[in-house]
Amino acid sequence: MGDAYLRLQEQYRKILNQYLENKNEQGLYHAQQFSKKVLENQISPEEVVSLHLSTLEESFPDIPKGAQDSFEFLLEVMIGYGLAYQEHQSLKDRQRELESEIDVAANMQQTFLPSGIPEPEDLDVGVLSVPASKMSGDYYHFVHDENDCLGVAIADIIGKGVPAALCMSMIKYAMDSLPEQRLQPADLLANLNRVVEQNVASNMFITMMYGSYDVRAHTFQYAGAGHEPGFYYSAEADEFEELSAKGIVLGIKRHAEFREYQRVVAPGDFIVLLSDGVTECRTEQGFIEREEITRLIRNHMHLSAQEMVNHVFHELEKLQGFQLRDDFTLMILRREV
Amino acid sequence: MSSQSCVEVHTEWGIVSARQAGRNKAKEIGFGNVDQARITTAISELARNIYLYAEKGEICIGEVSEMGGAGVKKGLQITAKDVGPGIDNIREVMADGFTTSGGLGAGLPGVKRLMDHFDIESTSGEGTTITAIKWLR
Repeated sequence: MGDAYLRLQEQYRKILNQYLENKNEQGLYHAQQFSKKVLENQISPEEVVSLHLSTLEESFPDIPKGAQDSFEFLLEVMIGYGLAYQEHQSLKDRQRELESEIDVAANMQQTFLPSGIPEPEDLDVGVLSVPASKMSGDYYHFVHDENDCLGVAIADIIGKGVPAALCMSMIKYAMDSLPEQRLQPADLLANLNRVVEQNVASNMFITMMYGSYDVRAHTFQYAGAGHEPGFYYSAEADEFEELSAKGIVLGIKRHAEFREYQRVVAPGDFIVLLSDGVTECRTEQGFIEREEITRLIRNHMHLSAQEMVNHVFHELEKLQGFQLRDDFTLMILRREV
Repeated sequence: MSSQSCVEVHTEWGIVSARQAGRNKAKEIGFGNVDQARITTAISELARNIYLYAEKGEICIGEVSEMGGAGVKKGLQITAKDVGPGIDNIREVMADGFTTSGGLGAGLPGVKRLMDHFDIESTSGEGTTITAIKWLR
């Protein structure tokens, strides 16, 4: 209140009297502009009613008593609106606060993901990870080791949003604290499984695929923990195959063993790893088929691995009407010709 | 505190009497029409809480004064006291968006907004005392 209120009072008197004199649209336009101003100054509705009454009493000293009293009545009715308005304001502020907290957390989470994409000789790597909302339950990771092997991990926390993101940060720390010497994919998963089983609530599960690409021998060894199968493209046959690895989801059994698979990668072949946000993309017609993904990849096969994943994402995004329902992560490793 | 008048609340009539007592006192102290309506709305809310959730309780209205920088300032104090179930989680009932009565009332956060000072004490199983003051500007 105070000065600002007195100024508004003065202005209201002026524009109301102007309107009563001319009764034109311009006067009403002033009223609309005034309402913005009172909202800006957080003047509550009951105060506007009181403002109106006092202005009226000045302009029409002989206003009937009954009409005057009716404003007291209206004022009482408006109190509730005033409170609802204030509550709305305070809830809006709270929401803004929460959103900015989540923004900070989302930024922090971004730093958990690798900042760059490895560029080993003869191997073209592309990756894209996009959360459905601000925070992601998907995770990917690259590990370079001195034996010319590139380790790649892709994980999907079942669920999404903040709880999934918290769980994802744990996976990152768990991976960082694995022994220095290189672990075989199956051993690595068994190790992680123990950490997850001990540290994560029993209703949270993590699926994961881990592979190790030997850049000198061009072999890809991999193991999976209940993760969405990827694809293997063979250049010679010009065909896509499922790249699946049997294994139990992380965090269910204390002692789990994982099977290890190996592929010899020929020039031009590529490996596609993904999260279920890619395959469970839903359009108006229902879920898309996995063949749809391979078709999209094939359409962009002439591009670099990074351009391929970018294009596939943009087309799937368009198919879904620009609304992601689940976190999306797609990774491609191609042996260059 | 000078003259204080108390009204027992166990019917809706009690709510109206409490409002009336508040309105009279507010006029006497010199509050304008908007603040009068705010004070009576706060009284209504407090009285309704007693009526709905406690078996017995009363609303007391009185004048208070305080020495301030600009001399003595006058105010109206509402005290709502009940012997009822008490409130287990005060933080919860003081949060916006929390209502038990179907969302129509302003609730305690509303009372706090309508008045300048708000204080609540509650013991589970014994009752609740709420004090609220509106200062005359």
